[in-house]
Amino acid sequence: MGVKLLLEKAHVEGIRTFEVYRREGGYRGVEKVFKTMSPDAVVEEVKKSGLRGRGGAGFPAGMKWSFIAKPEGVPRHLVCNADESEPGTFKDRYLMENLPHLLIEGLIISSFALGSNATYIYIRGEYAWIPDILEHAIAEAKANGFLGKNILGSGFDLEIYVQRGAGAYICGEETALIESLEGKRGNPRIKPPFPAIKGVWERPTVVNNVETLAAVVPIINMGGDEYAKIGVGKSTGTKLISACGNINKPGVYEIDMTISVEDFIYSDEYCGGIANGKRLKACIPGGSSVPILPANLLFKTAKGETRYMNYESLSDGGFATGSMMGSGGFIVLDEDQSVVRNTYTLARFYRHESCGQCSPCREGTGWMEKLLKRLLEGKGKISDIDLLWDIQRKIEGNTICPLGDAAAWPVAAAIRHFRDEFEWYVNNPVESQTRNYGLAHYADEREVIA
Amino acid sequence: MSEQQPLFKVTIDNITIEVAPGTSILEAARKIGGDVAPPAMCFYSKLKGSGGKCRTCLVEVSKGSEKDPRPMPKLVASCRTTVMDGMEVKNITSERVIDARAGVVEFLLLNHPLDCPICDQAGECHLQDLSYEHGKVGTRYEFQRRTFKKHDLGPYIQLHMTRCIMCFRCVFTADQLTEKRAHGVLDRGDHAEIATYIEKSLDNDFIGNVIDVCPVGALTDKTFRFKNRVWFLKPVDAHCSCSKCSGKVTLWYRGDEVFRVTARKDEWGEVEDWICNECRFEKKKTSDWTIEGPREISRHSVISQGHYVGIEKPKETFEAVMDGRKPRLFMDIHSVSEVNRPEIDLSLIEGPAHSDDFDRVTKKD
Repeated sequence: MGVKLLLEKAHVEGIRTFEVYRREGGYRGVEKVFKTMSPDAVVEEVKKSGLRGRGGAGFPAGMKWSFIAKPEGVPRHLVCNADESEPGTFKDRYLMENLPHLLIEGLIISSFALGSNATYIYIRGEYAWIPDILEHAIAEAKANGFLGKNILGSGFDLEIYVQRGAGAYICGEETALIESLEGKRGNPRIKPPFPAIKGVWERPTVVNNVETLAAVVPIINMGGDEYAKIGVGKSTGTKLISACGNINKPGVYEIDMTISVEDFIYSDEYCGGIANGKRLKACIPGGSSVPILPANLLFKTAKGETRYMNYESLSDGGFATGSMMGSGGFIVLDEDQSVVRNTYTLARFYRHESCGQCSPCREGTGWMEKLLKRLLEGKGKISDIDLLWDIQRKIEGNTICPLGDAAAWPVAAAIRHFRDEFEWYVNNPVESQTRNYGLAHYADEREVIA
Repeated sequence: MSEQQPLFKVTIDNITIEVAPGTSILEAARKIGGDVAPPAMCFYSKLKGSGGKCRTCLVEVSKGSEKDPRPMPKLVASCRTTVMDGMEVKNITSERVIDARAGVVEFLLLNHPLDCPICDQAGECHLQDLSYEHGKVGTRYEFQRRTFKKHDLGPYIQLHMTRCIMCFRCVFTADQLTEKRAHGVLDRGDHAEIATYIEKSLDNDFIGNVIDVCPVGALTDKTFRFKNRVWFLKPVDAHCSCSKCSGKVTLWYRGDEVFRVTARKDEWGEVEDWICNECRFEKKKTSDWTIEGPREISRHSVISQGHYVGIEKPKETFEAVMDGRKPRLFMDIHSVSEVNRPEIDLSLIEGPAHSDDFDRVTKKD
């Protein structure tokens, strides 16, 4: 059994309520902080822990906190990014639904560290039932003196507000989230200025993912140094993984990032192997925006070393032979799945979710979707594959926000690793219209790309 | 005495210039001028918050600053990136930039029809210039373009959404020059569109300026559209005493007729002063204006061709060869055709000129 820090109490009956959460040791972190620590000491502890942002980018959280501007007399804000909309990622939902007080405790500690007296939880509109859970938990915490004026006699005031989004994936990008929070159309802002300098209402703001903020609780309880001992290298602590696709046991798992990808897929503790006895074809290890990896590059790196479920190992070799940890949305494809169809589905998603501000993303995502649809319908040409490659290359890195990259990477990786499957669709237009893709051979052992 | 801020040294395409801190790369490049200045389709220095969207002004920062000489990993939007001391920038000297810009042009032209032969913006269209300078000969796009109905935005402006490249300049103009927000962006992604919600009229006194800021022919002046090609017109600076705006305009003449009135634009195609609707749409007579003189068109557009200042015309070779004799005219077109009869004032005809207009005059005769 791996270490559990966030989900340790997830199965305790009634843990959603303040009473049970408190009985199980909840809010100890808040008491410790207010009685024994200064805001700077909390930031230092988070820095020591090596906690990396769990939203996808993996930027060190403590360092991000230390960037926040502190102009005299200007309020600062903490915003919890609960706009979890990446296909394949649903770990924050699990956390908020089952352990709302863990998040609120994390928010209180983080708000104290950052000097935020008004903190916001921006939650995606489709999670229609979760704001009620959070608001109930906030009310309970307030009634018990953990929120509101002068928390635990410390002189620190804090209110937490839950803001529902209207259902746009782009609002998970921190500057688009801020725009939406301010009541505007959720378009990403051009950086700089960064939110740490000018965020919500032009005030210094830190935007952190739900899991990141929840992880602050065990960091304070056990100390940053102890937290950093869990995991490996710069991948410290535990990580929530939402596993889905063609596996026996889809769900949300907490791992300590020392487990190998192979063990994660096949062990009974986690995914329990591929469903229906099928063979593994490919996996998207970090949410739909990260590059897909074929089976042969999933268990071993290009150098032939074991691939582990952590930031460094998953990205080993760059995009040529690696992928990303991302947000931890682990999507498994078995031998019956069509990579072209999968890529088309993703392209359609990103086309629909592009905000439309910048030309490469607005026009490029639509063009890629149309080309993939044509290939899928058996009407494509070999030159379409090269065109797709060129379009994604023109989008990547040239857009205002990372949505352009998120749209480009899946297409690039699919062509890089499964070009023969794209060509199969061109060369077999009739068969490509059946569910029998004739692609079973892709599950066979393939040579590792040197 | 306030202390003078030290200037930042920035090198763009191997040309070094000193600029004030806070200057954007684009502004610095414009100070150098010529090809070093990146193109800009959405940035408009007079509109707060504009820029960064079209991605045509992407440049490569090969050296961040003296303090931190690391290059920036991605291309950056020059209109929204401020210079640092010692920064080195590559614009036309960077293959990455040229490649990316060609890509942007291709993306912009996916849904922009090449209406140039009938588009009123032809000759002063920034996308036209951009595609000649950075684009490819053909497109690889083989799918149906998006289509829209034409929108009437009030009595003076027509929106051709098919030509819109979503630069958002008009939205910023409407936001910043008018008291109420009547138009904006609907939808998102490649199905986004500029629209007045439920086709509301844009009836503000300064709304005509959206026509001037539009870099393409999406927003057209209904008092001018289809009346003439801009390169046939002579731009003349003029002013009037207007209670609403500065009254400083450019009149566009053909013969003695004022075909259209626009705000005066600088060499980057940006207006110098916003003008009101009355000056723009209703003062179409020379007597309404005090003429200042011919306008110098420095932009690399076809409009600047054949226009005046400092031009030395070549000698009539025919007369020189023929010892002063003039060529014999086989036929005077005006003696056999009634097209473009001088007594018909094209600018006063409602809508585009049509053969009926000439018939009507003929019948009256």
